[in-house]
Amino acid sequence: MGIRVSLFVTCVVDQLFPQVGMAMADVLERAGCQVDFPEDQTCCGQPAFNSGYRAEARTVARHFLDTFEASEAVVVPSGSCTAMIVHHFAELFHKEPETLKRVHALEKRVWEFSTFLTQVAGVEDVGARLDRVVTFHDGCHGLRELGVKDAPRRLLARVRGLELREMTPAEECCGFGGTFAVKFSELSGAMARTKIDAIERTGASTVVSADPSCLMQIQGALSRAGSDIGTLHLAEVLASR
Amino acid sequence: MSTEFARKSHETLVDPKLQLAIYTATGRLKEKRIDVVSGSALPDYQELRAQANAIKKHTIDNLDHYLEEFEHNVETHGGKVVYCKDGTEVADFVLSLAKERGAHLIVKSKSMTTEEVDLNERLEHHGLESVETDLGEYILQLAHERPYHIVAPALHMTRYQVADLFERELHVPQETVIEKQTALARSVLRQKFLAADIGISGANFLVADSGAVAIVENEGNARLTTSAPKIHITVAGIEKVIPRAQDLATFLKLLARSATGQLLSVYTSFLSGPRRAGEIDGPDEFYVVLLDNGRTRLLPDKNKRQSLYCIRCGACLNTCPVYRKIGGHSFPWVYSGPIGAILTPQFMGVQHEPALPFASSLCGACGEVCPVKIDIPKILLELRSDVKKSDAREGRNRLEKLGFRAFAWLMTHPRMFEMAGRIGRSMGWPTSKKGPLGAWLSERDLPPLPAHSFRELWRRR
Repeated sequence: MGIRVSLFVTCVVDQLFPQVGMAMADVLERAGCQVDFPEDQTCCGQPAFNSGYRAEARTVARHFLDTFEASEAVVVPSGSCTAMIVHHFAELFHKEPETLKRVHALEKRVWEFSTFLTQVAGVEDVGARLDRVVTFHDGCHGLRELGVKDAPRRLLARVRGLELREMTPAEECCGFGGTFAVKFSELSGAMARTKIDAIERTGASTVVSADPSCLMQIQGALSRAGSDIGTLHLAEVLASR
Repeated sequence: MSTEFARKSHETLVDPKLQLAIYTATGRLKEKRIDVVSGSALPDYQELRAQANAIKKHTIDNLDHYLEEFEHNVETHGGKVVYCKDGTEVADFVLSLAKERGAHLIVKSKSMTTEEVDLNERLEHHGLESVETDLGEYILQLAHERPYHIVAPALHMTRYQVADLFERELHVPQETVIEKQTALARSVLRQKFLAADIGISGANFLVADSGAVAIVENEGNARLTTSAPKIHITVAGIEKVIPRAQDLATFLKLLARSATGQLLSVYTSFLSGPRRAGEIDGPDEFYVVLLDNGRTRLLPDKNKRQSLYCIRCGACLNTCPVYRKIGGHSFPWVYSGPIGAILTPQFMGVQHEPALPFASSLCGACGEVCPVKIDIPKILLELRSDVKKSDAREGRNRLEKLGFRAFAWLMTHPRMFEMAGRIGRSMGWPTSKKGPLGAWLSERDLPPLPAHSFRELWRRR
C-alpha cells in the first residue's frame, strides 16, 4: 500500500475551484498514494492572521490541528496555505507550549503539492499529456517561505506536449495578497496588470501556478483585460491526459 | 479610504509618466543589484548577510555598551559627542553652536536622519542658510520636496523637470543635458563649500572601537562637507554604531551592492576627530550628534527591534512591487517602501497611518533582498496585529472585528461552512457592487461559481 495522504484542499479550492482538488486527488492516487479527505476541514486561518486578528486565527488554526493531527501526511494545493501552517502556526501558539508541541509534530507532515510529489512520493513523471505552451507563476509564499521553485518545473518538464516559457520577471507578485486585493484594489489591480504584461510577452496560452488564489487574481485580471489566455492549477495540468 | 496615503497612492497610480519613471529607475537598480550579488559574482553573499545580521543583532543587544565605547573614542581624538532625544534638541544644539561661532552658512551632505527631524527647515526658520550638496537632495531642496527614495532621492524627476526647476530657482537658461545640469549645480555648490561655516553630514556607520564615522557616497560632496568648513557636525541615529573597524569589511561589501549595484561606492570616508597638528585639512571642531528620536522606544520588543538593523540601502524599495507602483511620496514619513512601512508605525505610533502595514501583498521580496536580513514581512504581520489591538482599545473598526469573529466561528463549524457555501453558490455572486466584492470587481472579473463544492464532489466519487 502506498503513502496514506490526507487532502487539505483549502477553503478557496473547496468552495470555488473544486476541480483543482479533484485533480490533485487523481494525481496523488496515480502516484500510488492512498488518499482521504477529513470532512471537518475548513481553512488554515490565514485571512484572519494576515488581517491582524490573531485570536481569531488561533481559533481556526486549532481546528485545523484537531482535524489533521491523526493524518500521516497532509497535502495542500497552495504554497500560501502550506506556509501559513508550517511557518506561522508556531508564531500563533508561541505562548502555548502544549499546542506548540502539537504544531511542531504536525508541521513536518504538511506538504505543498508539488514538493510532496517530487520529494516524498518521489515522482516527476505522472504520465500527463497537455499540448500547450504555458508559463509558470511562482506564488510568493511558496517561493519565498517554502523554497518551491524547481519542483513544479520538474513536474511540468515531464508533461508530454507541454512547452514551458518562463516570464520575466517570474518572481514578481501578482498583487493578490488576500484582503490586500480588496483593501487596496487599485494598487492590487496595477500589480496584476504588470504581471499580465509579463505573461503576454511569453506568448503562452495558459498560466500555470501552484496557488489557486494567485490564479484567481490573474484569471480575473486577464478576463477583465479581454485576454484569451487561460489559467490552470498545476494539479489540473498533471491530471491531463 | 480617504487618507493622505490613499490619496497620494491613487494620484501616483493614475500618472503614467510617473509610473514609468518609478518602474524604470527601480528596475535598473534592482537588476544591477541582482548582478553583483549573484552566486558567480559574490559566492559568499548569504554568509555575509548572516554575518551582518549577527553583528547588528549583537550591537543592538548591547547598544549602551557600544555607544559609550564610541563616545569615549571620539573624545580621545578631540571630538565631542552630543546625545539628542529629538529634532528640537538637534536644532537647538546646532543653533547655539552657530550663534557662539557667528556661523551663518551650513553645507549638508545626504542624511536621512536629518530629513527625519526636518533639520533644514528648523535651521532656516532661525535665519541660517543650510544647503544640501548631494545633487538629488539639492534638486529636492530647490523643489521643496522630501526624498522620494532613500538612496536616489530625486528618482521621480525627469531631466526636463529639473531644467524647469533650475530655470525658475537659479535663474539660468533651460538646460536639459544632465551633465550640464550637474555642472550648473556644481558651480553653485562650490561657492557654498568655500564659504560655509559649518558642515553637517550623516553617517553610514559609527565605529565604536576607533571612534570613527564612516560615510559612503558617490559624488564627493560628503568629503567636501566634512573637510572644508571649520566646524563639522555628524548627525546619526544611535543604531548606526558597529563594534569594530573590521566589521566594515562585511557592511561595505553589502551596502553598495545592495543600494546601487556597485562593488564599492566611489568615496568611502572615515572621520575620526578634528584636524590634528600637522594635517593640512579637516575641521577645527568635530561633533557627533547621536539622535534617539524614538529609536529607544523600539528596544523593548526583541523581535521588532531588528528594524534598527537597517543600513538604508534601499534594496527593499527597488524590489517591492508596492513601492514600484505607489512611489515614495505616498508614504506618510521620510522612510518609504517596506522599511518605511515598518519604521513609521514604530516611530510615530501605529495609528499615525494605520493602513500602512496592510499596504503589502506580503510577497516577501523585501526580506529576501535585505542585506542585514530584517524579517520585514514578519514585522508587518506583527504591526497589523498591533493596529487591530489598538483599534479594539479605541473602539474602531468594530464591524470588521465582528466579521472576523464570524469567520472564526464558521471555520470551526464545518457543517455550517458547507451550508453557507451551498447557499452562496445557489444564489450566485451578489449583484450589489459595494464592499469587498465591489472592490474586487473594480479591477478584476470573478470566477464562475461551480455547481458543487469539493466536498460534495468527493462524496459522490
